[in-house]
Amino acid sequence: MNMTMQEIEIESKPFGTITVPEQQIINFPLGLYGFEPYHEYALIDSRQPPFYWLQSVTECHIAFVVINPYLIWPDYVLDIPEGDLIRIEQPLSDDLLVFSIVTIPDDEARISCNLQGPLIMNRHRRLGVQSISMDTRWKTKHFIMDAMNTQG
Amino acid sequence: MLILTRKVNERVIIGDEIEVSIVEIRGDQVKLGIAAPRTVKVFRHEVYVAIQEENRLAADSTPSAPLPSIPRLVPQKNTEPDS
Repeated sequence: MNMTMQEIEIESKPFGTITVPEQQIINFPLGLYGFEPYHEYALIDSRQPPFYWLQSVTECHIAFVVINPYLIWPDYVLDIPEGDLIRIEQPLSDDLLVFSIVTIPDDEARISCNLQGPLIMNRHRRLGVQSISMDTRWKTKHFIMDAMNTQG
Repeated sequence: MLILTRKVNERVIIGDEIEVSIVEIRGDQVKLGIAAPRTVKVFRHEVYVAIQEENRLAADSTPSAPLPSIPRLVPQKNTEPDS
């Protein structure tokens, strides 16, 4: 075990008290839209890949399910303001982490992803921002099941 | 809030780098031209509101129970591991 690796203990919505390596803590200096006061999130495995959880470090009840949108929409294009990339100190590259927030209604056939407000993260600096797509094709609700069926 | 009256083709300067011009007025619609550096985010207010609302919906919807399984998305054992 690497002795220099710091772990922090957090209260998570899905798993109760867990310890998370510091490398998985991402700072969103502006928060997420509608959740501006909350800046620190842990990116954790969901145990149901390919979903992940983005769990607020300070507020147990604030947690989002996120997914790599390219797994479902291979044609997704990240067309976002340059200012957001400057904010996380990383240019557009394969190294950039991109996630979509997932909404899971009672009717699970209508699970959707928000492709209009992607989360982008610099894994090295552990900085993230919720961006806004400038390409108006991408909306706040894209249904996963529809995409799966379309792709046959 | 600063309120200014402008006519078509007149402009407002915000800071050193942002210029807003009134391009056209037709009925109750005003067409604005906005010149700003690439680093400045310019979006319709509705876009922010839609994303805020979807975030709230997503946060409220997250189950503490197991997440739904999407069999075709679950990585198969023989596929390449994530890089």
